[in-house]
Amino acid sequence: MTIDIESKVPIIDARGIRYRELNAMIRDCVSGGSRQIELRNVCGQRYIGTSLNKPVEINITGIPGNDLGAFMDGPRITVRGNAQDGCGNTMNEGEIIIHGHAGDIVGLSARGGKIFVRDDVGYRAGIHMKQYQDKRPVLVVGGTAQDFPGEYMAGGILILLGLNLGEAESHRANFVGTGMHGGVIYLRGHIDDFRLGKEIGMAELNDSDYRVLETYIGEFAGYFGYNTGDILNHKFTRLSPLWLRPYGRIYTY
Amino acid sequence: MKTYISPRFRVERDPDRCIQCQVCVNQCTFDTHRYDIENDEVVSHEENCVGCHRCVVFCPTRALTVSRNPLEYRQNYNWRSEYIEDILKQAESGGMLLTGMGNDKGYPIYWDHLVLNASQVTNPSIDPLREPMELITYLGRKPDRIEIDSDSLSLKTKMAPQVKLEVPIMFAAMSYGAVSINVHESMARAAAVSGTLWNTGEGGLHSKLYKYGNNTIVQVASGRFGVNREYLDAARVIEIKIGQGAKPGIGGHLPGEKVSAEVSLTRMIPEGTDALSPAPQHDIYSIEDLAQLIYALKEVTQYAKPVSVKIAAVHNSAAIASGMVRAGADIIVIDGLRGATGAAPKVIRDNIGIPVEMALASVDTRLRQEGIRNQASIVVSGGIRNSGDVAKAIALGADAVYIGTAALIALGCRVCQQCHTGKCAWGICTTDLALTRRVNPDIGARRLSNLLRGWSLELKEMLGGMGTNALESLRGNRLHLRGVGLTDTELDILGVKMAGS
Repeated sequence: MTIDIESKVPIIDARGIRYRELNAMIRDCVSGGSRQIELRNVCGQRYIGTSLNKPVEINITGIPGNDLGAFMDGPRITVRGNAQDGCGNTMNEGEIIIHGHAGDIVGLSARGGKIFVRDDVGYRAGIHMKQYQDKRPVLVVGGTAQDFPGEYMAGGILILLGLNLGEAESHRANFVGTGMHGGVIYLRGHIDDFRLGKEIGMAELNDSDYRVLETYIGEFAGYFGYNTGDILNHKFTRLSPLWLRPYGRIYTY
Repeated sequence: MKTYISPRFRVERDPDRCIQCQVCVNQCTFDTHRYDIENDEVVSHEENCVGCHRCVVFCPTRALTVSRNPLEYRQNYNWRSEYIEDILKQAESGGMLLTGMGNDKGYPIYWDHLVLNASQVTNPSIDPLREPMELITYLGRKPDRIEIDSDSLSLKTKMAPQVKLEVPIMFAAMSYGAVSINVHESMARAAAVSGTLWNTGEGGLHSKLYKYGNNTIVQVASGRFGVNREYLDAARVIEIKIGQGAKPGIGGHLPGEKVSAEVSLTRMIPEGTDALSPAPQHDIYSIEDLAQLIYALKEVTQYAKPVSVKIAAVHNSAAIASGMVRAGADIIVIDGLRGATGAAPKVIRDNIGIPVEMALASVDTRLRQEGIRNQASIVVSGGIRNSGDVAKAIALGADAVYIGTAALIALGCRVCQQCHTGKCAWGICTTDLALTRRVNPDIGARRLSNLLRGWSLELKEMLGGMGTNALESLRGNRLHLRGVGLTDTELDILGVKMAGS
């Protein structure tokens, strides 16, 4: 018995189940009216939450596979463990909360929703996130990132907190915001100039920036048991594109 | 800086015919014709002319003639005028040359070196005017074998999703933003009427076209523009775009000027911002990664829709295609050297990729050798000009073809290669609302469905001539082809015999 339908909150034991079957079980629970689902012993199953467009709470124990919440439209996924690559890929709406690390391309092309990662993320975090009207994806990373965070970013908010860096340590991601032409990156702590992509510039934060940070860092702190004030009481840098059209002047007609 | 480039075209106005009505002034979007208010006369600035013939076609008294500027450089096969002018342009601007449409260079067109067979004496040809002829094509993964329930005579094998086409000709991916909304609507309606599919390209699907979803292929490309749940749900087929024949290996930049309010709504990006499509899809660095996206899309649509993968024809297409099929693609699309674009660097368009005929033959051969040809349908595109090319493509192994340029020509395109300027005088490759109205979707849909009807009749005529009554009999049947003027290597790759043998 891998699924306990009787309980109000269905519990699915994902041990030894292929992703296709697991996701079908999740879909069945959701279409059966469940608004909260517990997944236990998850081990590498892909696409969890992918086909869901209802405000469902999915709590995962274990390590979900790639493309967690890809194309997702509404659910809130909490992972007690690390996430792998492609988490929140092309996500439209919803929330992903990871009590651990996340792999490469977190939030690739997301157009909405929020992703909170307690620890570090891999390469190209927040790549090509975009915003439109009221849709503005948010990615908050408690630790630091590998190279190319915010690459090609066209919108949205990427916050790198560096909470696990020592006093004298700086962020070591290279090519930050390469090709960025929209949105904003907030970085807590120090980063050397030469690590930034040539399309972005550094600036001091203004009041509205701090209001944005208070909101999302507040949510982050709430999820992972930090104190918002402690996190905010530190130097932040705002990184944003210098031009809206970084590649507008390389062609001849 | 004074330009050293001489006008490409000469515009001649017959003073006896010109009635100073200014139609040419209003029709030209490149500022060639102007009304001189002081002298009360229409004058032409031929240095701006791109040779699109809009004025010539619409002049009510046929007073205009556009011809090539007779200015001749000293004869030189190496330093032809095109290369001289390109250098001048770059010396004056310092940029990459941008262009539109497909490769216009003199690479061999293998369709013109292939001929089809017909029945004579030893088997009868069929008259398609009187006998049924079938062009129906099903796209999608076919099982290795089928089982039939002997009692009910029904199919026991569970089939992967199939898409039925009445004609094996679909409208190629051209994004809204590159082409106008009325072009999209014309294609969507023509596809619905003709029982085939049209492709949104990577710019999203306008909300008013969702009702044609059953005839729509939606694209998921590296920019992921306009991709959300509703978009994927609306479609009949989902296509992952890896590459494009006109610009293999590079991404796309839709300039901010083309991102109008409506385009912004469909692409789901703010108005006036550049829409940048990265060169790779950053979640696809390998065949395994491709499989991951294919199955992500299958999960989203609960395995009810075929997933297609489109690549540009390049040196290793056959091996790549094998990987694509094994990654779970239900349809693979190969876009050849002559595939067109709304904008690409000229050097890429003119020099990268291989002819689609060679790619098609080698992909089909490879998939057959590996015993996986049934697992995916093959669609080819890039330079299909008429039903003869369609028939030859099918005989070489394609299940269906995409037409892009041919469809645009049906709507008025004169292949003037100015798509990248956004100023298309025919209202095709533009997002300017005033110009967009030059394509009336009622008429556009009719012109396109007429074209498909004409080609279908011709296909049936050719099939009948070969003594076959179904396109299925021609598919991958290279014995119906012969080569003319080809080397042994070319014949070998194409898998056809020399004419006469």
